[in-house]
Amino acid sequence: MSTTTVQKSATADQAPASAPPRRRGERGLAGTLASHGILTVASLIALFPIAWLVFLSLGPDKDDYLHPGRIWGKMTFENYSYVLTETNFFDWLKSSLVVSLGTTAIGVLIAATTGYAVSRMRFPGYRKFMWVLLVTQMFPIAVLIVPMYQILSDLQLIDTYLGLILVYCSTAVPYCAWLLKGYFDTIPFEIDEAGRVDGLSPFGTFVRLILPLARPGLAVAAFYSFITAFGEVAFATTFLLDDEKYTFAVGLQSFVSEHDAQRNLMAATAVLIAIPVSAFFYLVQKNLVTGLTAGGTKG
Amino acid sequence: MTVAVQRLRRSYQRYWYAYAMIAPVVVVLGVLVLYPLAYGFYLTLTDANSLNTARTIGVNEIEATYKFIGFDNYADILWGETAYDRFWSHFIWTIVWTAACVGLHYSIGLGLALLLNQKLRGRTFYRLILVLPWAVPTFVTVFGWRFMLADGGVINSALDFLHLPTPLWLEDTFWQRFAAIMVNTWCGVPFMMVSLLGGLQSIDRTLYEAAEMDGAGAWQRFRYVTLPGLRSVSSTVVLLGVIWTFNQFAVIFLLFGTTAPDAQILVTWAYYLGFGQQPRDFAQSAAYGILLLAILIVFTSVYRRWLNRNDQQLAI
Repeated sequence: MSTTTVQKSATADQAPASAPPRRRGERGLAGTLASHGILTVASLIALFPIAWLVFLSLGPDKDDYLHPGRIWGKMTFENYSYVLTETNFFDWLKSSLVVSLGTTAIGVLIAATTGYAVSRMRFPGYRKFMWVLLVTQMFPIAVLIVPMYQILSDLQLIDTYLGLILVYCSTAVPYCAWLLKGYFDTIPFEIDEAGRVDGLSPFGTFVRLILPLARPGLAVAAFYSFITAFGEVAFATTFLLDDEKYTFAVGLQSFVSEHDAQRNLMAATAVLIAIPVSAFFYLVQKNLVTGLTAGGTKG
Repeated sequence: MTVAVQRLRRSYQRYWYAYAMIAPVVVVLGVLVLYPLAYGFYLTLTDANSLNTARTIGVNEIEATYKFIGFDNYADILWGETAYDRFWSHFIWTIVWTAACVGLHYSIGLGLALLLNQKLRGRTFYRLILVLPWAVPTFVTVFGWRFMLADGGVINSALDFLHLPTPLWLEDTFWQRFAAIMVNTWCGVPFMMVSLLGGLQSIDRTLYEAAEMDGAGAWQRFRYVTLPGLRSVSSTVVLLGVIWTFNQFAVIFLLFGTTAPDAQILVTWAYYLGFGQQPRDFAQSAAYGILLLAILIVFTSVYRRWLNRNDQQLAI
């Protein structure tokens, strides 16, 4: 339908013959400058809040963020050494890693077979199952947080890593299943057929042929569940009580209490968290979106 | 009879692999999602709060004393006294918030993706910088924004320097909302940008050449080649964007805590009812949760139906 419209309007505004022939992808100088201008401004906006945080983390006083000019004269890494030696930083690191890695491991392990099954097999109840997976992903935290709190406190799992991992799995598992379905869809079905012809069972095909091919997809699913668990705020704030068990998302808040706000230490901690996470992110970023929209870009 | 048994057996032989393979997820969803959900729904039919639920104080076990009150919680939330202040004002703000954020995410993301999709010197570099807000965890960047938005922080200093008014970003309701949308837009654009860039790159180059041969101008190529080519990616990321923004907890919670009642969207308001006040109102908080879920399910069903009518498939 769109092609006919293009043809129709094409005759209407035929470009004047005198215009110099310009090849696709080339613009005039003004266009190039404008593109660079907009992208530079956008980059500055993207960069500034982070750069500002790094800058503030170098000021030793907790009110320096209100007088950034004073930081120039007295820049120091004091905040960093204080955070690393005097606070619970490494306890928080441990908690964050335990919870995130636990969620990732369970999420990916459980979701892989399901992703494969919904990618290749059409069974009665298939559509309903997919709908349940989709609906589960859009659960507002508010739906589960109260019942989860009650259930975990009945089971004495409040303030434990296991409790938090279980809660995170409620979102990580359906999410990974969706993601992996999208990825398995991009692996040619002929491979399965070849495996079946050679006498492998559906499960054997999955383990021996498809899983090795799906490694990038598994990595993306793992990364997503890790990041989601690592950055989660609401459940972690509510379910963790002991400040040695805090994850970073909770620990960072604890620098600002009603009585005292150690904003300099908070900034330093924030930077210490941000550096490894963003470094890791950049390593895998290319695969991220392909994983998420695999089905979408294909069509 | 035998036919039915045979059919059953054949169906079992045909599908048992599929059912075995989805079994782990079904079990996990049943235990970790459906059971809590059912329990949560039961709580909404009671008057449970932190004073009458079962709890342990020291060595004393106190039995739960809350009672069943039917649908009173829902009635109270939706049309009880002061329902406007408690529910509808947050509802309207949540809709405005979602529409504004997703609109800004999509339009800015698409604009940047189009710019990055040209042959341009240094576009890999731009791309790496522009992804930064996505790479750093939200709970880290929101604190950065709080430093900047504080009265006397860098934003107000800059505005003051330019002789512009310096709003109380974190205290005045209108500016709280404005700041929340601003911060969330900043956080959400990279995802849209990268997704749409992926979509742009998957559009067949020859379509553009054909359109250009036919004399289509830049706008016509955008309207009749680019937009249709992006349709399936767009429908997916817009749905995800709406769901994520509607449920966005971290940005508002970390910017304002529980101090700004008028800037709370429904999700953070439900959290406030259940965990940010004393006594904790578990029943009402859970009822908000169920209402939120209902809103999202209705929205998603309508959205899907609308997509199907337009002959598009949702990628997820």
